Order: sequence, then structure tokens, then C-alpha cells
Amino acid sequence: MSEHVQHHIAVYKKVAAALAVLTTLTVGVSYLDVTVPLAVTIALIIAATKGSLVVSFFMHLIEEKKPVPLSRRGIGLIIGSLLVTALFFLVIIFIPIFGHADKVGTYFTLPNANAPTVETPAAH
Amino acid sequence: MDIPYIVDERPDTGLTNVKLGIWLFLASEVMLFGALFSSYVLLRLMAPDWPVGADVLNVPMGTFNTAVLIGSSVTMVFAYASLQMDNLAGFKKFMGATIGLSLLFMVVKGFEYNHEFEIGNFPWTSTYLAIYFTMTGLHALHIVGGVVVNAYFLGPGSKLWETNKTQFTNRIEAAGLYWHFVDLVWIFLFPVLYLL
Repeated sequence: MSEHVQHHIAVYKKVAAALAVLTTLTVGVSYLDVTVPLAVTIALIIAATKGSLVVSFFMHLIEEKKPVPLSRRGIGLIIGSLLVTALFFLVIIFIPIFGHADKVGTYFTLPNANAPTVETPAAH
Repeated sequence: MDIPYIVDERPDTGLTNVKLGIWLFLASEVMLFGALFSSYVLLRLMAPDWPVGADVLNVPMGTFNTAVLIGSSVTMVFAYASLQMDNLAGFKKFMGATIGLSLLFMVVKGFEYNHEFEIGNFPWTSTYLAIYFTMTGLHALHIVGGVVVNAYFLGPGSKLWETNKTQFTNRIEAAGLYWHFVDLVWIFLFPVLYLL
């Protein structure tokens, strides 16, 4: 037990160091003069890397891949539930993007009271 | 009536109910924050103009808070590891540090909010500020909830250690999973709101 925990502690320290480096990196990169889509891509890649480190090692998700005892197969209930969640998460994130990309028919802009007035054709 | 399978694994799931329960709760939290991230994407794509986060918010303060919250996640795993090594004093030290860092995060967040209010930036000032206050506000509520639970386990809740070490360790594992999730949300909130 203790040896197992000692191994974990060594991993925690490495993950903590990696998270510190990546946090510095994400702030540093934001000062680079790049286009918005590229900046978003870089920021999200770094955030996803940091997130997967936290989930894999601090939350021990890499150790949860054990099959359900009765069937002795599969990926287990935790990873299984999370995969379903990830699928729905992607759906919820992409709905507005698909809506935005859809140029068929009339194009709507959200009414936004605070936004600068967009030129509209005068009525009549 | 006692909740079943909080110490031993349930034979058909291969998990304790504690662990399965907290993971299912976190899955629902993913969808809660997912809806807000989706709203952010929608609002930003549809907005005629959108400020760069760094022009409105204080990036050094946000970076500092990111480090504080990641630090609290690190002390949380050490608190859990201490219990696994039968070291209650070590647990109390690291859990105390976790709570201390959480409160420091809230203090810095308070200064940030206060500064925004002083210069007249309110949730109703712009769409960007509306989603900023909504997302960071909900995240801060999660911090407060975590602090309350962690403080309970540091104080009166730790009495369980004397009677049932495994059950107490399982509780700290669940509290830790929640805490890492709160850290995880911030890891995405920080670049999205402050840097892009």
C-alpha cells in the first residue's frame, strides 16, 4: 500500500510541475501577435492538456479502467458514463457553431441592447 | 438506515457507491458548465464586437489565481495520500493548506470583482461582462461549497477516522474528486475569459 502511494506522490509532483509550466506557457503565448482562430486553438490545446493531466492523475481516471465484475469486459461504469457525457458535451458546444455556420435562409443576429447599432435598412 | 456499499465495492458495479455517485454528479456538472460554455460560444459568435479579455480583466491576477487553485488541487491529493499512509496529522496539514488556498482564491476574486464594480463594469454593462460574471460567479459558488465540505472534514468530520478509516478515506477521495473538478473548470475559464 505504502509503496503504491509513494509512487502516486512522485507522479503528483511531476504533474504539479507540468501544470505550472503550462500555465506560464498559456499566458506567454497570449502575448504573441497571432490571429484569433490560431490563438483560440493554441489556448484550447494547452487547456485540454492541463485538464487531461488533472483528470488522469489527480482524479486517478487512468486507474478506473476496470471492467464491470459480472461481465468481466468493457471499460467500467465511470469511463463509460464519462464517454456518454463527453458526447453530449460536444453536442451542446457545437449546436451554436452549426447554427452560426448555417447560412441557408434568413440570417439573424441576436438582439443585443448593449451592442453598437448595426445599420439596418430604414423602414419604408 | 446506512447507505450501502460505502466501504466495500458493490459486486455488480465493482465500485463503491461513493465513487460512482460522485462521478455521476461530476458528469452532471460537466453539462451544467457545458451549457454555459456553449452560451459563451453563441454570444461571442453572434456579437458585433467582443473585447479581448486582457483589455478588461487583470491577467496577472488571473494567472496568480490559476496557480493558487492548481496549488490547492496539489495539496488536496497530498491530503488524500496522507490518509492512505495512515497519517492523520499530514492530512490535517494538507487539508488546512487546501482550504487556505481556496480562501486566498476567493479574496483575489473579490478584489477583481470590486475593481470591476469601481470602474463601472457590471454584469449588465455588456454581453462579455454578463457571461464573465455568470461563469466566474457560478465557479466561485462551487469554491464556497468545496470550502464548506473540506472544512467539515478537517474539523468535526475527521472524527470518523477514529471509527472507520476506510470510510473516511473514501469521503476524502470524493471531496478531492469534486475539488479537482472545480480546478478543471477554472483551467478552461481562465484562457477563455482572460486571454482570448
